[in-house]
Amino acid sequence: MSEQQAPAERVAIGISFGNSYSSIAFTSGEGKAEVIANEDGDRQIPSMLSYVEGEELHGQQAKAQLVRNPRNTVAYFRDFIGQEFKSIDPTPAHQSAHPAQHDSTIAFNIRDTEEDKQNAVSISDITARHLKRLRTSASDYLGKDVNAAVITVPTNFSDAQKEALVKSAKEAGLEVLQLISEPVSAVLAYDARPEAKLADKIVVVADLGGTRSDIAVIASRGGIYTILATHHDYEVSGFQLDQVLMDYFAKEFLKKNKSAGDPRENERALAKLKLESEAVKKSLSIGTTANFSVESLVNGIDFQATINRTRYELLANKQIGAFVRLVTHAVEKADLDPLDISEVILAGGNAHTPKIASAIGNAFPESTQVIAPTTFPKAINPSELPVRGAAIQASLIQEFELEDIQQSTHPMVTVTPHLSHAVGVLCISDDESRGVFHAIVDAETPLPVRRTAIIATPKEGGDVLIKLAEGARHIKVTKPEPKPKQEKSKSDSDDDSDDDSEEEEEELREKTWKIGKVLSEAALRGVKKGAKVEVQINIGADLSVNAIFREQGGKGGVRGILQASAQAPNGSA
Amino acid sequence: MDVVQINLPLPILSEGWAAEKDFQPIGHLSRAIDRNIEPVGPHFLAHARRKRHKRTFSEDDRIQAQANVKKVEDDDAGEISEPEDPLMLQREAKDWKGQDHYAVLGISRYRWRATEDQIKRAHRKKVLKHHPDKKAAAGGTEDDQFFKCIQKATEVLLDPVKRRQFDSVDEAADVEPPTKKETQKGNFYKLWGKVFEAEGRFSNKQPVPKLGNEKSPKEEVEAFYNFWYNFDSWRTFEYLDEDVPDDNENRDQKRHVERKNANARRKKKTEDTTRLRKLVDEALSLDPRIKIFQQEERNRKNKRRNEKEAEQKRLAEEAAKAKEEEARLQAEKEASEKANKEANKKAKEAAKNAAKKNKRVVRGAVKDANYFHAAGDAPAAQIDKALNDVDLIITKIDNEELATLTGKLNGKKDAGEIKQIFQDEVARLVGAGKLKEGEAQSLS
Ligand SMILES: Nc1ncnc2c1ncn2[C@@H]1O[C@H](COP(=O)(O)OP(=O)(O)O)[C@@H](O)[C@H]1O
Repeated sequence: MSEQQAPAERVAIGISFGNSYSSIAFTSGEGKAEVIANEDGDRQIPSMLSYVEGEELHGQQAKAQLVRNPRNTVAYFRDFIGQEFKSIDPTPAHQSAHPAQHDSTIAFNIRDTEEDKQNAVSISDITARHLKRLRTSASDYLGKDVNAAVITVPTNFSDAQKEALVKSAKEAGLEVLQLISEPVSAVLAYDARPEAKLADKIVVVADLGGTRSDIAVIASRGGIYTILATHHDYEVSGFQLDQVLMDYFAKEFLKKNKSAGDPRENERALAKLKLESEAVKKSLSIGTTANFSVESLVNGIDFQATINRTRYELLANKQIGAFVRLVTHAVEKADLDPLDISEVILAGGNAHTPKIASAIGNAFPESTQVIAPTTFPKAINPSELPVRGAAIQASLIQEFELEDIQQSTHPMVTVTPHLSHAVGVLCISDDESRGVFHAIVDAETPLPVRRTAIIATPKEGGDVLIKLAEGARHIKVTKPEPKPKQEKSKSDSDDDSDDDSEEEEEELREKTWKIGKVLSEAALRGVKKGAKVEVQINIGADLSVNAIFREQGGKGGVRGILQASAQAPNGSA
Repeated sequence: MDVVQINLPLPILSEGWAAEKDFQPIGHLSRAIDRNIEPVGPHFLAHARRKRHKRTFSEDDRIQAQANVKKVEDDDAGEISEPEDPLMLQREAKDWKGQDHYAVLGISRYRWRATEDQIKRAHRKKVLKHHPDKKAAAGGTEDDQFFKCIQKATEVLLDPVKRRQFDSVDEAADVEPPTKKETQKGNFYKLWGKVFEAEGRFSNKQPVPKLGNEKSPKEEVEAFYNFWYNFDSWRTFEYLDEDVPDDNENRDQKRHVERKNANARRKKKTEDTTRLRKLVDEALSLDPRIKIFQQEERNRKNKRRNEKEAEQKRLAEEAAKAKEEEARLQAEKEASEKANKEANKKAKEAAKNAAKKNKRVVRGAVKDANYFHAAGDAPAAQIDKALNDVDLIITKIDNEELATLTGKLNGKKDAGEIKQIFQDEVARLVGAGKLKEGEAQSLS
């Protein structure tokens, strides 16, 4: 089963394999990605395995074992794959089987057979068993033996980690067609929708998971994606939000049960507290209030409480602020301004949290679309974004030979020169100090590229000049004029509500252009009144420019060529 | 791809613009940046097809292709790797207040300068190393004390308020000001620059002006000291508070401790303000530039004084010279006046003599004219009359007229002629109103 499949016999799915949850999806005949529910009916399948008397439990069933059987339950292990023990952070596995050094790799000492003894089960075996369960679920659903997959991984997965993952997948009977990065997969999930329009834009993907948050700033140019910057954080995560609720409910419990112990100090109570707090957190993404209810939390005492969303948002204020900072920090790392960002796609489970989406929205200008369930009606379920992208990619490449795929994803193909500046035309005036630059090809566009622009002409038509130049994006900041203080009548002066209107005005920030190097001038003569000019720019990988200028709908026109300059076309500067 | 729509009109071609085939190349595109595009999606497949041309690439190609690629992932390794003090590793978490949070995270060379990112990364590194599970694996005990110290350090340093409280009392970040001796032996700017940089961490106003160097202009140096004499500090001292009892039982005790803490904070704050003031005083007094500025000021003053004195001297000299000149002129004047006088005197004498002579001539002429008697010897009465009349004339005319009259009379012997001259003179004098008609009887 572990042999390579001939493309014709492949049944390929997409898999997103997270530390907390995994998902499986396939692409239907109509090219639509569908997320598969497992036998428990879950589309978000906890990445967990638990062993009870030799029986292997998976997903939600394994997760439930965190209370009764934590030592034989393996959870939050994805990041351990392909790593040495010394370089992992075991913290997420505190309340489940602990990872341990095992030869040069990592293993969990668990009782995974009927025999009453612990076995060291290596991380690669655990991974293989988990993937096998996913494969089985997909096969059961599809009625076909699934044997290939595209799997998503974080952008900072090392080669060793990737290799280990591919190996474990193979053991699970899955041929990995390709590992693709999670944020890019999320962008693809959106771009593959039939209504999607191909546009040049900068997209930030904020993947807010259970044990880590990963931000990627991606240039999307004609459907080709380039990661400009990433930022990873292993503290700011869903766990922290769970912790806020755990602390809250633990204190509430202690208030009502003064003599009982702190549920956070008892392993089993802690596990119950955590599971229920996560459930409450999820409920608060939809409802405005949620119930917390645990039987026998501590010393046989049942505990019930309610919390409303506002309260939760207040308690989690600091953590929510931290999520926002991750996103803005990533934009800074890409040397960009919030005004450069067209979209922020929120992915990962915590993207469901309304306050996180709105707080991130507040950190960006109105021109930035934040795509999350509560900010964008047509948003895709953020938990399903990576897996949908993976399923789409799987359908795109499943007919290729593996060797072919590997060659096509080789750096010789992927390493590409990108424009360092936008290229565009000068409008209104040919004087560089007065003309208005308008971009036709954006910076960070991979080469070669072709773009076409349709440009208005002066009212009377006539001879026009088309001046091509480079442009550098410039953020113009206008400080608000200090408003003259409005005289207040005496009767108003003790009216509190009045104060709100006196909020300090924010400075005005605009995206403008600075005209850089002039590239060429071309003349189009006798343009008809009301006609438009079409400019087509082709830029080669060697930085040569081939441009055609003509009246829209007209024939002939002017053609111009700029040779590649003597300097090397690329540089690491 | 959608076509880019541009609604601003193109500029009108200026007259006289010309180029071969109406196209004029001018510049080249700026250098491109090598980046990895993501091998994902339908458009990438098209790209791959174009770029591969069914070629096969090797491992060498991979290395070559990736040589200049712009990196987007941070290096996790590197940067933070301070040796760990074995004593520090034995710390107990409950004594967290006494721990050096920066040292615990291995970023003691950054301290208050450490960014949030650096702290987070340092934290992660320490977690990877000191997680209790790892100690257990290494055959140690399941001692998680130092791990808890790490968590505490991170909690403090990632909370802006708590971090300021700790930074306020982080003595390891203090730079002791050098003594007078040390300052004099060493480089003032290097020694004190560090002190002020460290003190500047407490400033609400940022950026804090730098001490500068010997080339800093006076205004900058003055602005620097002004800044420090008006220092606006966020330094607080609650980190050194005594623990307030937690239980609700003893409210009085609680309030007592709180009051004590508040007082202690206030006192420390005042002391700190005084300390800083002294420090600035000390720096100011040792600052060689201040001495130079003072010296320059003194020099300027001296120069001004010297100039003033020189001016005064010059004025005095000038005055003296003027006085001398005046005296000389005066003397000359006196001399010339004297000479004039003498000359006048002589002239007067001469005139007098001439007048005497003239009078003699005139009187002689009367005699020659026989005292205006027609013929024969003139009677005495006639002589008297004639002489009286001539004397009358002489008294009425000045020396010049006398000379003129004398001139007319000179050589005249004829009585008639002489009488006529006298009569004319009388007539002239009557005409001038000096004589009355008929006053000179003998000549009427
Ligand atoms: N509806 C929801 N509302 C809020 N949080 C959610 C929701 N669904 C999942 N989460 C949280 O999202 C996290 C898991 O996100 P996921 O992207 O699946 O993580 P991972 O990448 O770690 O597998 C968990 O912290 C989980 O509690």
